[in-house]
Order: sequence, then structure tokens, then C-alpha cells
Amino acid sequence: MNAPLMIFFVLAAVAVFGAVSLILQREPIHSALSLIVVMVALAGLYLLMGAEFVAAVQIIVYGGAIMVLFVFVIMLLNAGEEERTNFSKLATYAGIPLALAVTGFIAAAIARSGGYLPAAAPNGALTSTKTLSMLLFKEFVYPFELTSFLILVAILGAIVLAQREN
Amino acid sequence: MNEFLASYAFLIVPVIKIGILVFLVLTVDAYLTWLERKVVAHIQTRWGPYRVGPHGLLQPLADGLKFIFKEDPMPAGVDKIAYFLAPFLTLMLALTSLAVIPFGPQRFTIWGYETHLGIADVNISLLVLFAITALAVYGVALAGWASNSKYSLLGGLRSSAQMISYELALTLSVVGVLLLAGDFSLRGIVEQQAQSGKGLLSWNIFPQIIGFLCFFTAAIAETNRVPFDLPEAESELVAGFHTEYASMKFAMFFIAEYTSMITVSCLCTILFFGGWLSPFPLSWTFTQFLPPVLLIAFGLWTIYDGIRYETIFGRLLLPGVGIALLALGGALLAFPVINSYIQGPFWFLAKVFVFLFVYIWMRGTLPRFRYDQLMTFGWKFLLPVSIATWF
Amino acid sequence: MVPTDYYLILSAILFGLGIVAFVFKRNIITLFMAIELMLNAVNLAFVAFSRALGKPDGEVFVLFVIVVAAAEAAVGLGIIILTARNRHSLNVERVDLLKL
Repeated sequence: MNAPLMIFFVLAAVAVFGAVSLILQREPIHSALSLIVVMVALAGLYLLMGAEFVAAVQIIVYGGAIMVLFVFVIMLLNAGEEERTNFSKLATYAGIPLALAVTGFIAAAIARSGGYLPAAAPNGALTSTKTLSMLLFKEFVYPFELTSFLILVAILGAIVLAQREN
Repeated sequence: MNEFLASYAFLIVPVIKIGILVFLVLTVDAYLTWLERKVVAHIQTRWGPYRVGPHGLLQPLADGLKFIFKEDPMPAGVDKIAYFLAPFLTLMLALTSLAVIPFGPQRFTIWGYETHLGIADVNISLLVLFAITALAVYGVALAGWASNSKYSLLGGLRSSAQMISYELALTLSVVGVLLLAGDFSLRGIVEQQAQSGKGLLSWNIFPQIIGFLCFFTAAIAETNRVPFDLPEAESELVAGFHTEYASMKFAMFFIAEYTSMITVSCLCTILFFGGWLSPFPLSWTFTQFLPPVLLIAFGLWTIYDGIRYETIFGRLLLPGVGIALLALGGALLAFPVINSYIQGPFWFLAKVFVFLFVYIWMRGTLPRFRYDQLMTFGWKFLLPVSIATWF
Repeated sequence: MVPTDYYLILSAILFGLGIVAFVFKRNIITLFMAIELMLNAVNLAFVAFSRALGKPDGEVFVLFVIVVAAAEAAVGLGIIILTARNRHSLNVERVDLLKL
């Protein structure tokens, strides 16, 4: 039981706790806070794996921009408590065990096929930003340009949506 | 015993460094409030705190005691989790951002563990600082939401919108420095500025003066200080997002604000003003004696000022402080080894102090922006200019 | 050294929890957050594979996923605000007819 394994279990527990809290909270703002906790835990896991740039981008973009957008919208719309649904009880009693069973099957399938992949090499082998940027601008330059176009379209869409009706 | 220390040194040494740094930063915060009140007062031709201890030097202590003993009410109808979380989050993030700042160039070995003058030396320290700045928005937004009050919600939303808008200009204005340095780590940026050895001329300020101005402006907006402090201005929105917070929780917001001021000043010196480098070229080695000479001069002035002070306590304390400073300066002159260690941190702290003084000076001098002026300035002017600094 | 499988199993668990949240929550915004949770789980799997195989391509793809999630969040939240204003409710069960 060495240090990276312990850190992994702590961060994984925090991430799963955040995800469960997302489901169980009644107010959307608390769900948003739980999701932020999940994202920070995942950033920690990326750091543990040596992907430092991705960890930083995860916190800056996901945790610092996207989730702020969510929090703003929740505050603007003054989203209150979740209403009780009058769905059938079947969904709750059959659905949750089924979803967990599916997850368990996927996890078991992964665990059984574990021999094909080498263990992750976390400590020491940091991916430098230079490597990532060389890849991004040489081999992946076409998806890069496409995503920049996508962001432009999204900005235009957001502006159009936010216009008042004249 | 030595082996135990050596094997666990990687844990013990950072903890000791964190303890020293947090203690120092909190003390500097407290005296920063004193400095602010004195400087703003002198700008307004009055004296500021003068009675509590000689020259008001014990005023921060009195303020701290007041914060501890004041009642901490919790308004009805607040969202308890967010209400408790917001000040803790803000303070925690502000203090964490100090972890990646390098204070000096030295690397030394304690108990077999090689370490440096700073807490964490990561390859991406600048990105870590931006990540923490990005998360700081939550403290403000949650504080505004949690207090069950219109003023707080409005102040919180406005303040977080302002912080997000200027965050973009902040990160983009630094890209010029990154292109010059080729490295995300703050230590690497300072070392790149050290390479030509010409002192003042090799700092990043000269290729990137507009970048510096954009960065400083955006950073002031990020820390919610004048002239961008509309969301917490006293005459505008009662007190904005921290209206409903009292005593200890308000003190946390307060400390977080001053700590982020300190962080921004440290960042400005590292990115644009050469960090721990002396402004004199390396060939002028006699400038090594500047720190002890300054200490001795300051000690002499304190003694002179204190001898004829009004209260007896002042007549004892001030010359005592002066004698301590004299002794320190004399020790530095007598032991050149220690003197050479002190050069880096001395210049770093001197530059940080200059930036803090500029912050306080602006508080005393400039009026504040209206909210729409603020947002227009951020998006329509600062963002294009900070992109233009790349060229 | 943490085996790759542990990361993948964690990714599967988070994805499953995202699905459960998506199916069982009523508030539109919470549904959207469940989608973000699923995207994060997939990102974790990407980075885990990228580390296991030694190539940084997975991490570059993670950057793309994050960007796409940002664009989607912006436009989606805009639509949510308009829908909520028109129907005066954030309950997804009320948004089941095209007519108001």
C-alpha cells in the first residue's frame, strides 16, 4: 500500500462521494457544488497520472468557467428545491439496481481484461506542455481549427439566444 | 533521530515552510491594513491610527481582538452550507495561491532533502495560479447567494461577473511573458530574465510594458479593489456580497482580499519586474551592501523618531525596534555569507512592497468605476489590448 | 503505482452514477450537470489510456472534449433560460409538449 495508491483511493472516494451527493441533494446549487468537488478530485487524479496540463485546464475551464456558468444560471433562475415526481415506483425500485448492475458488469469486464494493458506510469513521467502543444498543432491541427469554429458558432448562438425580442 | 528526519523530510520540511509562510503572511496582512489606513489618511491630510501603540502600530492587534470577541450572527433563511463554505473557500484559495511563488533563487539541503525558497516547485506554477484565480469566483458568488438578501445577491452576481470578465484579460496579457520565457514555471520566468545579467534592462517590463499595464489593471479588478470595487463599495450596495457576514467570517473575507493583493504583487514582480533579481547589473557587486545599509539607516531613523515620542511606551518600543534593526544590519555587514543569501529575498520583498504601496495609493486617489463602465472597459478595451501585446 | 484498471473502473462508476442522475432527476439544470459528469468520466478514461499506452494523444483529445463541453454548456444553458422563462418552471416533466 504505497503513497500513490492511497492518494488514488482518497481522490476516488471524494469523486464518488461528490457524484452520489449530486444525485441525493435536493437543491440544484448543492448539486452544482458537488459537481465542482468531483471535478477538482478528477483534476487531482490527472495530476497523479502525470497529466499536469490537463489537470490545470480541467480546473480552469471546467471548474472555473463552465461550472460558474451553471452556478450563475441557477442563481438567475432562482432554482428552488426539486419537485417530487409522481412517476411510478417501479422506476426507482427496478431502475437503480439495474443501473448499478450495468455499471458492475462494465467494471467486471474491465477488470477481467486487465492483462492487456500495462500499468499506468504515474510518478515521474510528466507529460510536458511542449509535447502536448506539438501534437495539438501538428497532427491534430484540423480538429483544433474545427473546435475553434465550433466555439465561434456557440458564441453566436448564445448571443442570438440572449437577445430580447424587439 | 537523524535517519527518521531524513526519511520523512519530504513531509516535515514543507510543513515547516507552510507554517512559517502562513504566519508571515498573516502578520503582513495585519500590518498591510495598518499601512493602508496610514497611507490613505496621509493622502487625505489626516493622520490615521495614532493612539493605539506608537504610530498606531498596535491597531491591527486591536482589530483582531475585536473580530474575535464580536458576536457572529447568522441571519435567518440562509443556505447554511453555502454560508459557511464561502468565506472558508475564499480564504483557503487565497492562502493556497502563495504556495507556488518562489521567493529567492537559493536551493539548499535540509536533512538530506534538497529544497528551495518557496513551498512547491511545479512546472506549471503559473497555470496553478490561474486555476486558483478561476476558483476564487465561487467564494464571491456563493457568499452573495447564501445570504438571504437582495443586496448581497446583486453584489455577488456583479462581483463574480466582473471577476470572470477580467480573468480573461489577466490570462491573455501574460502570454507575451510566456512567449519570451518559454516556460510556465515562475522560477523559469525569473531565470530567463536573469540571463542577460544587465540588471534593470533585462526585466520583462521593457518588451512588455503594455502587457504589464493590462495585467495590473486586470489583477486589480480580480481582487475587487479600487477603482473596481463597486460590488463591495460601502456607499453603493451597503457592503455588497459580504453585507450579512460579521466578525470572524468577515475577517476571513478581509484577510483573503489582502492576501490576494499580496499574491498579485508577487506575481507582478515575478512576471514583469525580475522577481528576486537586483536592478543593478551583476558586475556592480558593491550594491550587495545596499540591504544592510538600508537597514541601518532605517534603524537610526526609528531611534531618532522614538526618543522624543509622546508616550512612554513609544519611547521604549520605537528605539528598541530601531536597535534591533541596527543589530540586524550590522550582522549582515559582518557576515557576508548571510548577506549573499539575503539579496534575492530582499529585492523580492522590496518590489512587492512597492506594488502594495501602489495598490494603496490608488485606493486613496482614484474614484470608482460604474458597473457598466467597468464591464465595457473589460470586454471592449482591455481584452483586445491584451491580445495585441502578443505582438 | 496504480494499475490502469482502477482508473477505468472509477470511470465506469462515475459514468453509471451520471446515468442514474440523468434518469432520476427532474430539474433541467441538474440533468445537464449529470451530462457533464458523464463527460468527465469519459475524460478520465481517456487520460488513463493515454498514460497506459505512453502516447499523449489521449490528453489532446481530452482538451477537445473539454472545449466541446464548454460550447455545449453555453448554448444549452441559454436554451434552458429561455425555456424556463417561457414555461415558468424548471421541471422537465412540464416540457413534454412543443406547445406552451
